[in-house]
Order: sequence, then structure tokens, then C-alpha cells
Amino acid sequence: MTDTPSPKAPRWTLWLPLALFVAFVALVVVGLVRPKNTDIASQMIGKPLPAFTLRAASDAKPGLADKDFQSGKPRLLNIFASWCVPCRAEAPVLGEIARQGVEIDAIAIRDHKDDLASYLKQYGNPYARIGADDVSAVQLAIGSSGVPETFVIDGKGVIRYQHIGDIRPEQVPMILAKLAEAGQ
Amino acid sequence: MIRRFALGLALVLATPAMADDSMPPAPYAYRQLPDAKQEAKAQALMETLRCLVCQSQSIADSDASIAGDMRSQVRTRIAAGEDPEAIRNWLIQRYGDYVSYEPRVTAITWPLFAAPLVLLALAGLLLRKRFIGGDVGKGDNT
Repeated sequence: MTDTPSPKAPRWTLWLPLALFVAFVALVVVGLVRPKNTDIASQMIGKPLPAFTLRAASDAKPGLADKDFQSGKPRLLNIFASWCVPCRAEAPVLGEIARQGVEIDAIAIRDHKDDLASYLKQYGNPYARIGADDVSAVQLAIGSSGVPETFVIDGKGVIRYQHIGDIRPEQVPMILAKLAEAGQ
Repeated sequence: MIRRFALGLALVLATPAMADDSMPPAPYAYRQLPDAKQEAKAQALMETLRCLVCQSQSIADSDASIAGDMRSQVRTRIAAGEDPEAIRNWLIQRYGDYVSYEPRVTAITWPLFAAPLVLLALAGLLLRKRFIGGDVGKGDNT
């Protein structure tokens, strides 16, 4: 066995296993070091809102339909719920945005009327309309995966931007810029 | 000190605030379709759709309310005669490949499918002498 000349592979192939191993380790290290992002971005950006009509979620404001976004002016669509804790932190920020003249419509996900009424009383009501989505149907149709999320919808009803999570005070200028961009 | 203790106590006693909603589940979240054939179709699809909030479960396995709403929607659409793959594509159009456990060949994923073929070809290339070498039968592997 030792003295018989075996078929010779090229020299570089000797290093191939090591090179593959190093490449594998590099891949693992990159995967470990890179911060994990669990946000699921909607693929509906640039597409029109799907057709929907939702009954009023509260007695204070009318319900919501896709036709309401044909007003010619960009609006915000806020996906929220009274049982959602980050939404409470976001409420005053939405109030501030509304004070700056932005119209905000909302979809309340799986919410009871009386829960919502006391939520709006306690945390403020910056909304022009609130539709009730009891089975997350519209939420699924626009590619939203949680609460709160906020979409910028242009004057023709096309989804232009998705913000995942609550809007922080320092993000207000960015949201206003997205609205201005959608208004052009 | 007392204040600290009170704070600690409050933390211990606090109920988790990340509450889910208290609405009843969607009609077909936990109810099977009356037609067994349709239910089997729906079940097969639900097992390959990924829950959006509990990221390593299928919607068939998850008790999250959005997963229940997705199950209800899948069953309702199957009952209406929609094709399972059409429902999958509808969801992929909204959430991207993320939502499906069924792998697809795309611009990003093709190396996964090509890699085994490339490795096989490489192995064949490296071992070709062993297979078709000139010394067949002379037995160097006794």
C-alpha cells in the first residue's frame, strides 16, 4: 500500500477541507455577531390599500374604509389596540403629530368597545376614524404583523411607508418627512 | 430602604402587562372544517405557514391570536374553494418568503439548491482518477 503510487490529486486540494472549515466558521461568526432583526417588513409598500370596510370601533369616531384614503392628501394609518402596552407610550406622540395637522386614521385590532372607550379617554384620541378589525383580516391584507404599526398612505390610497413598533418622539420629524414625500 | 422594598414588591406582584387581547377567537381558529377533505388540505397548508409573532412555530402549532386569525382565514378560503398554493402566494405577497416554510428557488435561495450539485461535481472531479484511472484492476487498494 505504501509503495504503490496512488493517483495524485493536485496539491491545492490538500488545503480544501481546511478552507471549507474556515469559511464555515466565518459564516457562523457572522451569524452570531450580526444583531438579530425580528421585524417582518410588509411587502405591500408601493401597492394600493386592499379594499376593506370596517365598522366603527368606538362611538366617538366613524368606521374606516379604503375609500377614505382617496382624499388627495397623505394620511397616517395607525394599527393599535387598547390591550397593547407600547401603544400607550405612542399615544402622546400621535397626539403631537395630529396637532401638526396630520390626519391619522386607525384600525383597532381585536378590541372591545368599552375597553377602547376607556383607553381613548385615558390616553387621548388623535384619530379621525377608527375601524374595528376583530379577526385581523385587514391587518393580514396589508402585511402588518403586530401592534403598534403605522403606515403612511398617499392621497391616492397607495401604501408608501411602514413603521414597525411605536413612534418615538425623536422619530416624529422622520414620519413628517415621509408624509411630505408621499404628498409630492 | 422601605421605598426600595416597596418597589421590589411591586415588581414581584406585577402581572405581565404584555397582555393579549380578550376577544373570542376567530370562527375557524380552533374549529375544523366539516368536510374532512378540505380540513386535511387546510391542515397541510397551515403546517407550512409561519406564525408572525412566535417566529419558530407554524400557525398550526401556535396559540397566538394572530395565528388563530390566520388559521380562520385559511380554513374559510379553503372552504370557499380557493387553492392552497394561491393562499400561500397571497401571504407571500404581503409578508415575503418569511411567512412560508416551503422553500422556493429565488435569486437569493438558488445557491442552497445548487450547492449539493456543485459539491457532488467537485467530488467527482477530485476522485475521477480513482474511478477511471489507468491502473484499473492493478489493485492499489489491497
